[in-house]
Amino acid sequence: MIRMQPSVENTQAIADSDAVAVERTLAGDRDAFRVLVERHSHNVFRLAYRMTRNRPDAEEIVQEAFLRAYQKLGKFEARANFGTWVYRIAANYAIDRMRQRKKEEARKVEPAIHDEAAENDPVSLVHDAAPTPERLAHNIELRKQMETALATLSHSERTAFVMRHWEGCAIEEIAQVLKSSSGAAKNTVFRAVQKLRLALQPFVGRGTQARAMGTES
Amino acid sequence: MKHMTEEELIGYKEGVAAQRAVIAQHLADCEECRAELERIEAVLAALDTLSVPSPGDDYGRHVWQQIAPRLPERPARWWQERFAPKRLGTLAAVVALLVVAFLVGRITKHDRSGNDVATKEQIRERVLVVAVGDHLSRSEMFLVEISNAQPNPSSGKLVNISAEQRRAEDLLEENQLYRQTALQEGDRVMASTLDELERFLLDIANSPDEITPAQLERIRQKIKARGILFKVRVVGKELQERQKATTPAPAQNDSTRIERNKA
Repeated sequence: MIRMQPSVENTQAIADSDAVAVERTLAGDRDAFRVLVERHSHNVFRLAYRMTRNRPDAEEIVQEAFLRAYQKLGKFEARANFGTWVYRIAANYAIDRMRQRKKEEARKVEPAIHDEAAENDPVSLVHDAAPTPERLAHNIELRKQMETALATLSHSERTAFVMRHWEGCAIEEIAQVLKSSSGAAKNTVFRAVQKLRLALQPFVGRGTQARAMGTES
Repeated sequence: MKHMTEEELIGYKEGVAAQRAVIAQHLADCEECRAELERIEAVLAALDTLSVPSPGDDYGRHVWQQIAPRLPERPARWWQERFAPKRLGTLAAVVALLVVAFLVGRITKHDRSGNDVATKEQIRERVLVVAVGDHLSRSEMFLVEISNAQPNPSSGKLVNISAEQRRAEDLLEENQLYRQTALQEGDRVMASTLDELERFLLDIANSPDEITPAQLERIRQKIKARGILFKVRVVGKELQERQKATTPAPAQNDSTRIERNKA
């Protein structure tokens, strides 16, 4: 899991400072909310991008999440963690956005291509100094397959996978976003990994062979 | 030696397995399961190479600049949120449902003494029973339709189930609400049936839009093997009985009622 884990003391200090900023915002100090936005925007963006694989959508989700958080701030419980709370709002909105996007794409003849990763240099996937043509071709193919495999997951599966595998969220947190029981949320994580495995294992296996071909010379 | 299932290994890798120590112990002893876990890990490691673009160091400031002009002067207090027009709309719908249920009760059900027997509790029970009964009846119809679908397996053609997915999503939302209510009310049989139904609805809602006939067959087999349709019918039937029990038998016909109203 790739979620950065700050130290316990640091987490507590941020939570305390967040609580003060929430209180001040509720008292009418709008600039206090700015502190919260600037502190948590990167985390929310990372989640939103992983869920949508699309930068404009991710940016829209971040803005909408903070707008909604501000509007609902009166309901925020002082004991709760603002970071987790806004994160949950973003995940919920990302699901809505993905649904909307799916409907929009269904209306189009050609499926929309929002494959930002494909725009990146495929060489960046290869850690060796001198990638062989086989390795390069394999990495381009693998990246394409991974994007496709993620796109074929349902919204719930992608949310569950992103939140658990990449963001390290607790199952209860995922269940809240999916509005399901913990058992169902766990099951959704399992189903997502199973589907990804089914789609990607043949390519990952080939990668091992390609790696051997690429490094033995 | 009994090997670990794929579900257990994925659960172990993702840190959500129930018996982590048992799986760890098994992995220490079983080369085959270790190899299987490594294959799962290889796929996940490949996925971990997908990067997230950096939004830039001053991204937080940029977000603030974008949203600041759209923020109201003050965030809403909890009571303002609670009485927001959207929430009032939902509240009005619930109140309307209760009023309708109450009026229906008044018009159609009177006891022999002529007094209304529908106490608040009974109305509540009746509304709930009617609503859950309706949900189960629609779920039953949905299950029957899926069970009776007859795709041609030899054609190999994909079956489009997007309409069924939408229905499953709609049913899912209601189902979650009723399951939570059943849990709160301590109705374990109802909660367990709704939980099973929910898993099935989630399966459909989370499937791809188009599935192979073989996948559809697996869904049908699942309905059969788990007896979901049977359980939904039994609970639905029980609800009908409850509905009858909470509904006092009509003692007077319309003419009697008109006479009484005149008096």
